[in-house]
Amino acid sequence: MPTTPGAGLTRRQLHERRARRRAGLIAMASTAAAIGALVTLVPLAPGWSAVQRSFFDGAVFAQTFPTLLRAFLLDVAIFAWCAPAIAVLGLAIALCRDARAPALFPLRLFGIIYVDVFRGIPVILVIYLIGFGVPGLGLPRPWNSPYIWGSLALILTYSAYVAEIFRSGIESIHSSQRAAAASLGLSHGDAMRFVILPQAIRRVVPANMNMLIALQKDVALLSFIGPVEVLRQAGVYKSLLANFTPYVVAAVIFLCVTVPATRYADHLIARQNRQRS
Amino acid sequence: MIRSAPFFGLSAALVAVVLPAAAQNACATGKTLTEGTLTVATGNPAYYPWVLNDAPEAGEGFEAAVAYALADRMGFAADQVAWVRASFDESIQPGAKNFDLNLQQFSITEAREQVVDFSAPYYAAAMAVLVRQPTIDAGAEPTVASLKSLIWGADANTTAVPMLQGLIDPDRDPLLYNDNVDVTAAMKAGQIDAAIFDLPTALYIAAVTLDDGVVLGQFPADRTDNPDRFGMLMAEGNPLKTCVDAALQEMAADGTLAAIEATWLQEATGVPVIE
Repeated sequence: MPTTPGAGLTRRQLHERRARRRAGLIAMASTAAAIGALVTLVPLAPGWSAVQRSFFDGAVFAQTFPTLLRAFLLDVAIFAWCAPAIAVLGLAIALCRDARAPALFPLRLFGIIYVDVFRGIPVILVIYLIGFGVPGLGLPRPWNSPYIWGSLALILTYSAYVAEIFRSGIESIHSSQRAAAASLGLSHGDAMRFVILPQAIRRVVPANMNMLIALQKDVALLSFIGPVEVLRQAGVYKSLLANFTPYVVAAVIFLCVTVPATRYADHLIARQNRQRS
Repeated sequence: MIRSAPFFGLSAALVAVVLPAAAQNACATGKTLTEGTLTVATGNPAYYPWVLNDAPEAGEGFEAAVAYALADRMGFAADQVAWVRASFDESIQPGAKNFDLNLQQFSITEAREQVVDFSAPYYAAAMAVLVRQPTIDAGAEPTVASLKSLIWGADANTTAVPMLQGLIDPDRDPLLYNDNVDVTAAMKAGQIDAAIFDLPTALYIAAVTLDDGVVLGQFPADRTDNPDRFGMLMAEGNPLKTCVDAALQEMAADGTLAAIEATWLQEATGVPVIE
């Protein structure tokens, strides 16, 4: 057995290994140069010390972090009760839009209008309209809570997007499968339940992961109608301390959750692409 | 730059004509953003009773009137006052400011003073509790004990938030909003029982915005540990500050500020003091 490293490799393999190493070195050097340039050049800007004091004040960071982290738990809670409701309502709307029997046309029409309306209005407007408008009708406590109606606004908006994702999944299943299911004697409903949906839902998992990440950030919009979650708490600190660092803290907290979630979604998409090819 | 003689002569003549009107006192000369103009910022929109009809140029409303009186004291004629709009966030961001002075009920605090400069205070606000009639019918009284059990709201961008915790410490977490309008909307929707504002704002909302609004009581400015004093916000290190402070002190000493207050801010007597 030859013991020298590289022995037993063809000349081509040796050449490729050298090329890979070279590419790796170049990538490292250029990354180091780019980061080095940023780190040295940005502080040279005349306003840097003012920007640093306003956005990256270490004392403010340490002072506000514990409270902001506690406030973030409210975001997590809102997310936790909205996400399942969005999945269920989104699927229901998608099925409405897929209704094929002529007698069910009103359902189909409802699905189309629903998606058009709630996908077409900025989510913050829906939150304002529903969060202040519906309780203004004179509902008694606790039914006028901003948590309930703000969450409903998020659910309505996001389920419109999710419904379209589910619909694209349902339509991506070839119609021959419906025909095959029918020829086996399955009813339309059973074919949907046992044949189409299991494939369709699996296919749109990565797309729905993206919606979850977007929802995770948009729950902060509920702060506009009262709840003191991380964005609002950061705003209070910003106002009292006249310093934007609390917003940076909030951004860091969000990143700690959304970056792993994004990587996981990427992983799911890559796996799906491998399976399809 | 070399100008032709006739043009130079003409402009010199113009300056000679304009200058008497533009005679700032020596203090402010060369210290404003635009020479010969005092640029004053207000909110967008500017709220009653601080500025009437969102039109500060008219000089109506407490802060608009104070701004014109101050400008006059510093030697700026009314037509030498320019108005711009700037939010609180714009005012505290690092970098150049687009105003000489910004007055929109900014409370002077130590933390804020590390980032921006404040003038001497031009108004000391009592904090007041605004409720609707149904809350009073349900038994709310102007005592701290009674107020603790209410659901509270406040404008998140104001010093009302720490005051609420410090003065009342409500049983339930307060709800916070972007501005007065949203706080009022939440009151109308019955989501909050009570809100804390400076007294003039509370009196205005009770009288005009809400059908059944009542100012339940006030915490007098001198009773709180940290009285809410409004100052004009300036960029840190603004050389104009000494001129503004001197003019404001004159205005306080000779009763000008008190007279403007009497004209534009509602009579606050009759609002019970919270024990």
